[in-house]
Amino acid sequence: MINSHDILETINMIDNEHLDVRTITMGISLLDCLDEDISKACDKVYDKICRYAGDLVSTGEQISKDYGIPIINKRISVTPIAMVAAACPGKNPVAFAKALDRAANTTGVNFIGGYSSLVHKGFGPGDYNLIESIPEALAETNLVCSSVNVGSTKAGINMDAVEKMGRVIHEAASLTKDRECIGAAKLVVFCNAPEDNPFMAGAFHGPGEPDCVINVGVSGPGVVRAVLAKAGDCDITQIADLIKKTAFKITRMGQLVAQEASRRLCVPFGIIDLSLAPTPAVGDSVAYILEEMGLESCGAHGTTAALALLNDAVKKGGVMASSHVGGLSGAFIPVSEDAGMIKAARSGCLTLNKLEAMTAVCSVGLDMIVIPGDTTPEIISAIIADEAAIGMVNSKTTAVRVIPAIGKKPGEEIDFGGLLGYGPIMEVNRSSPLKFIQRGGRIPAPLQSLKN
Amino acid sequence: MRAVITVLGKDMVGILAKVATKCAEYDVNVVEVTQSVLQDLFAMIMLVEISKSKVPFDELVDSLKSMGEGMGMKVHVMHEDIFNSMHRI
Repeated sequence: MINSHDILETINMIDNEHLDVRTITMGISLLDCLDEDISKACDKVYDKICRYAGDLVSTGEQISKDYGIPIINKRISVTPIAMVAAACPGKNPVAFAKALDRAANTTGVNFIGGYSSLVHKGFGPGDYNLIESIPEALAETNLVCSSVNVGSTKAGINMDAVEKMGRVIHEAASLTKDRECIGAAKLVVFCNAPEDNPFMAGAFHGPGEPDCVINVGVSGPGVVRAVLAKAGDCDITQIADLIKKTAFKITRMGQLVAQEASRRLCVPFGIIDLSLAPTPAVGDSVAYILEEMGLESCGAHGTTAALALLNDAVKKGGVMASSHVGGLSGAFIPVSEDAGMIKAARSGCLTLNKLEAMTAVCSVGLDMIVIPGDTTPEIISAIIADEAAIGMVNSKTTAVRVIPAIGKKPGEEIDFGGLLGYGPIMEVNRSSPLKFIQRGGRIPAPLQSLKN
Repeated sequence: MRAVITVLGKDMVGILAKVATKCAEYDVNVVEVTQSVLQDLFAMIMLVEISKSKVPFDELVDSLKSMGEGMGMKVHVMHEDIFNSMHRI
């Protein structure tokens, strides 16, 4: 029989330490839904999603019951809509967003991602229109998430797109200013975007993916923190080992759920995303793991080192536990979704500058950060450029999801509700990057040797 | 298919009997039982065979859970695979 200590450990993880599977995300290709007639194309998109994902939510719930594991979200990611919309030139692609929203409502999923565009080297047909339409699409739908990839290590950074995205984010927030500027919270700007990411708001189904696929995102910051709390006074090597072992267990559970979902839905299994994804619930925080390692507060000097250790150990433990690993895989640091980060940001210990440094060693980037509503679009563009540069040079994914809180000032707070959380408005550096951003063009791809 | 039933709480007379009776009612065969009492804390782990169960798995889970609540105990019923995959390489 299985060791009783192991059994009780697992039960304690689920009951008291927020162990869960964060998301089962079904990736669906829409490349066979292209049509010159936009209303026909939208119907095809809606029909295909409903046909493929009709049982996704009920299957997820059944697996959750059968195994006794909470599965928090069921989501869908689709082919970047810019590729589908390219077939209908001159038409407003918001119609696709509405079709996606309807399909998400019909299937009962929590979010649908893929109102996206990949423009790291330049704008293709459909890209320009789609990016311009993002604010309207996010304001007129509830469940649609959008992402734009503006750079990559191989292509460099498309500064025209960076300039545009500063304005798009500002407008997305403005159009939803009576709803806590929620539009901007559903929009991510990437560098090196992964094609198989199951996490929102950046999920899309890349063009290299199969027709349909199941990707699973695990979670478990609470479990890692609890293990470190029990460990007491051990050295850093032992801390790294404990995190690895815990990440292994968490990932094995994700792998089990992924295989079962794949079998029951008759859809191939894609990847497990090994991310530690926090929620605003107390005890489910990445910041508290860093504090458990010995920092007085997240944001203190030493935070970047602690996060680097955490991120690496999570990957090392998780890689062995799963047959295929992908997505973002690492520790997320979304400010408004993490109780510890919120506390550190409120106290002023965690600043935008420190967060930027942290993104160089962790999985995503500047995530769910509320900035003053009067931040100019060029400053937002410059934040994106900085973050994309970190990703481009370090060959890693970075992203920006900042929310300009229209009509609010530093010191005030904004509350999105649910998993998106709440957070204080963080000050940005007001010196103008206007001329740099207005130049446009492309930052050339970086050298891959002479690494210093 | 096998499941693991765990019962945690304050020790009292008849816990094992009640859980076992419920299992018998549903044609759920008890394969193995371990239990320990540390001070006042009672912990029982039961491995059961549920392939002949008269009720679907989720109903079994709910019924045992609510029985546990009636006794002031925490009852979990989970698929054996979870523990195998998490704790065995």
